[in-house]
Amino acid sequence: MRVLLRNPRREVEMKGPTPVSALLARLDLNRESHLVIANGVLVPGDAVLNDADVVEIRPVISGG
Amino acid sequence: MKCRVCRGPAVIDLPRHNANFCPEHFFQLCRRQVERAIKDFTMLEPGDRVLVAVSGGKDSLALWDLLVELGYEADGLYIGLGIGEYSDESLGYCQRFADERSLSLKVISLRSDLGYDIPTAAAATRRVPCSACGLTKRHLFDSAALEGGYSVVATGHNLDDEAAVLFGNTLRWDIEYLARQLPVLPARPGFPKKVKPLVRLTERETAAWCILRNIDYIVEECPMAAGNRHLGYKAALNAIEDQSPGTKASFYLNFIERMSPILANGDLAEREGLGSCTRCGSPTPSEVCAFCVLVEKSTRHEPVPVEFIARRAGSGGRR
Repeated sequence: MRVLLRNPRREVEMKGPTPVSALLARLDLNRESHLVIANGVLVPGDAVLNDADVVEIRPVISGG
Repeated sequence: MKCRVCRGPAVIDLPRHNANFCPEHFFQLCRRQVERAIKDFTMLEPGDRVLVAVSGGKDSLALWDLLVELGYEADGLYIGLGIGEYSDESLGYCQRFADERSLSLKVISLRSDLGYDIPTAAAATRRVPCSACGLTKRHLFDSAALEGGYSVVATGHNLDDEAAVLFGNTLRWDIEYLARQLPVLPARPGFPKKVKPLVRLTERETAAWCILRNIDYIVEECPMAAGNRHLGYKAALNAIEDQSPGTKASFYLNFIERMSPILANGDLAEREGLGSCTRCGSPTPSEVCAFCVLVEKSTRHEPVPVEFIARRAGSGGRR
């Protein structure tokens, strides 16, 4: 699946199927600092992501 | 995962509440948290005219949306900080939000209206950019509210922001800053009342609010803030939160409940010693306030490119 990461903006290819929580762990990302959007829809930690999905991992931490 | 309330499909898991929520009941949770903050800390009264400090980010736009939804009369004020494309994009998000909802947005441009920008102010005053930015925004929001007849300024500081500031101030045992860290600052001569209605919501929750409400906001981080100390404190707290959900809320909310009353008297004594700035009339312990000093130095300085300051930015200012 294609995974968009932000700050800095970049894309990585990951293998599915995988739960959201496992994807965050594989990318070493803290769940409290991120939300996951699959095919334009917000998804919780146990949602399963497949190879055809377009996924955005959106950081929610701002420094101001 | 199922929604804790209706057992429908959940879209978000919130470990600190040990629960998952569908969009409808997540909205309900957020509204209740904001209403509770407003009530518990006596932030707003019926009839208040609220000036919302908006930046184009998730927190300030979520705040504006929530206040309007809860029935408050709330206008927005955006300050163009002159941080290159980042500022241009930020204004676009605010303007679209306001236009789509027929809300009133006031705009101040530092470069056009005051003759400087944040990169130049940081260089001219040798402050870190976040410090120059914070000083500028506080002064301009205060003066705009007083001039515009607003009874309250509302800012989008969330639970993560407040916990991170508290963490930093505690690491230094900075009593003066700790005493001032309140979700409400009452109006005083020269200062409007200031409130932080999002202190019971995390950043993850305000971001989810925006996504689920189809509010577009600027996701990219401010280039001036990259690597600042504040972000490091948030990362440390989130590492703890991941292991022990609810830690940030208990750290901050228990501080407000148990420590703030103990620290309150010292802060009052310090504030009562303020005079008036000889240039702008704002309250200050000096002859000329820090904002007027910043404006004087910055407007005399050659404009500085964003990239120059962004490269050297490495630590943030205290609030």
